[in-house]
Amino acid sequence: MNSQFFFPALPGESPSEHGYFGAFGGTFIPEALVAAVDEVAVEYERAKADPAFAAEFEQLLAHYAGRPSALTEVPRFAGHAGGARVFLKREDLNHTGSHKINNVLGQALLTKRMGKPRVIAETGAGQHGVATATACALFGLECTIYMGETDIRRQAVNVARMEMLGATVIPVTSGSRTLKDAINETFRDWVANVETTHYIFGTVAGPHPFPAMIRDFQRVIGVEARRQIVERAGRLPDAAIACVGGGSNAIGLFHAFLPDTDVRLIGCEAAGHGVESGKHAATLTAGEPGILHGSRSYVLQDDEGQITEPWSISAGLDYPGVGPEHAFLHDTGRGEYRPVTDAAAMRAFRLLASTEGIIPAIESAHALAGAIDVGTELGPDGLIVVNLSGRGDKDMETAARYFEQDAEAARAGRVQK
Amino acid sequence: MSGNLRLLADTLARAKQENRAALITYMTAGFPTVDDGIAATQAMLNSGADIVEIGLPHSDPVLDGPVIQTADEIALRGGVRIADVIRTVREAYQATGKPVLVMSYWNPIDRYGAERFGGELAKAGGAGCILPDLPVQESALWRETAARHSLATVFVAAPSTTDERLRELTAAGTGFVYASALMGVTGVRDAVSTAAGSLVRRIRAVTELPVCVGIGISDAAQAGRVARFADGVIVASALVKAVLDAPDAAAGTATVAELTTELSRATRRHAD
Repeated sequence: MNSQFFFPALPGESPSEHGYFGAFGGTFIPEALVAAVDEVAVEYERAKADPAFAAEFEQLLAHYAGRPSALTEVPRFAGHAGGARVFLKREDLNHTGSHKINNVLGQALLTKRMGKPRVIAETGAGQHGVATATACALFGLECTIYMGETDIRRQAVNVARMEMLGATVIPVTSGSRTLKDAINETFRDWVANVETTHYIFGTVAGPHPFPAMIRDFQRVIGVEARRQIVERAGRLPDAAIACVGGGSNAIGLFHAFLPDTDVRLIGCEAAGHGVESGKHAATLTAGEPGILHGSRSYVLQDDEGQITEPWSISAGLDYPGVGPEHAFLHDTGRGEYRPVTDAAAMRAFRLLASTEGIIPAIESAHALAGAIDVGTELGPDGLIVVNLSGRGDKDMETAARYFEQDAEAARAGRVQK
Repeated sequence: MSGNLRLLADTLARAKQENRAALITYMTAGFPTVDDGIAATQAMLNSGADIVEIGLPHSDPVLDGPVIQTADEIALRGGVRIADVIRTVREAYQATGKPVLVMSYWNPIDRYGAERFGGELAKAGGAGCILPDLPVQESALWRETAARHSLATVFVAAPSTTDERLRELTAAGTGFVYASALMGVTGVRDAVSTAAGSLVRRIRAVTELPVCVGIGISDAAQAGRVARFADGVIVASALVKAVLDAPDAAAGTATVAELTTELSRATRRHAD
């Protein structure tokens, strides 16, 4: 494995020098942050060219995160997906329980290179916060995590994990008190403390170079999955499917398949109570181009550019923006983006648990619901790789509450009949 | 130079001739209501403010501290629209003939249409915009629009801005340079950062544009200190906080007028 593995120079590779994927990306940030963001970009270019950096990253992924992650075929689940062959890329088996650790280890190494003693990060579901707190413990960095008050309530276990790992978790009480507001607050901290602090952004959004850099740290998912599926099934898949909030696990899976134009790249967005209900987080399905958190992409906004509040049962997908490279893949047609409701995701959540003994994160359950539909469309000859981006331990309380309410609603329905 | 960009430049030049710093004050449009916001803005201009900034409320004000965040939230909950912001500019300008700037994050203007916004702002008598999340490298489209309508494009310079970038943003900017007194979001602070003085010196080395200092200046003593080395003193959160803390809108406007008068005296004191 060499640095080309992680940091490939693909023909026609995006982004542009100024961080644009087509019309999307850029650096829409306060002047006070320009020097810091430039420093990240310069240091990242240096790191990419340094074989020692790639070697250290590879060692951490192998011996700390536990890569390569397994590719598991799930035939009993696939019986409910039109009989297509379905393989899961098991990012849930990584240390800390999700794909987030890949990016965090890369950025923690970069933080060390920049000589900064302090790290800040936002978190929604808590997976990125836990991964960041973990890396900070490992590297001896001071760690502060911003988390919306609403998310702190729905992800209490992850809050306890972050605190056990030595991080300070700061509740965010502005706006909708979820991921979007946690990012705003982390940027505010960064503006004030930029000299000592690196912001380990968690997804492929934000100002350049974050979308490209985080993609590069996550692309190991697709590189491994591509090799594994060819070994196991003897061919490339018909579709690679992942859930999309900001889009880091999705771009991580998709990127290695970009040149394989016969492989459909399918992103599943959170449709909440349904796109038509207005209570959703399906940014590419229902949003419009705009600027949020430092880059131009699709955003959920009103007619005067105010960002609207998203909704999803999944804290990790409850975000009104999406990474600029996904906006580009959406507009060029290379990526397909589909809305998946809370109800469909929770059906897939229970189905995977009961047929395969794997409890997925609710985020990843959106991709599983997408796989059920795509498998049904493809039929028994279909071959699908799904990114199981995280495990569901953190979601047990949310799931229990959801299924209880669901059962109550069903009972009430029967009484009415 | 023409239109109200000229008015802005003349206002700053006149303050300099009078051997004092200009006083630039801020109020969020639509806060707590559109009419109250207009009253507070006019009160500032009638109590010694030379220039005002009207804040266009945004759902995601990443460069603002809790005070302006709260004002934005109240204004948006009250249903403020861009038309109300334009009306605030118009009524402030018509009542006083003084330069009125809009402070806005980029997405609302991008969504509204830069040309449409620039045209309406100029027609209302506005003098230009400060766009805190539109750094110079992303600003080409807006600058063309601003030039077409004789509007100023005021860039923020931070203590972390390199000399090379200072040259770039002062070459692209018009009206004045907004020097951020410290690394941080807007808000009331106990002491003015020492970073401001050296930043102003670095800016003056690369441009003839007036340099006005803001962020974290909240009382007359701080304004007086900054007035010794800056062409203008910018006060925002302290005035918004006065409205936020007032028992009713009339009391808020009265406190804003008092505070502006004190600040205005402080910016003149160094000439004594």
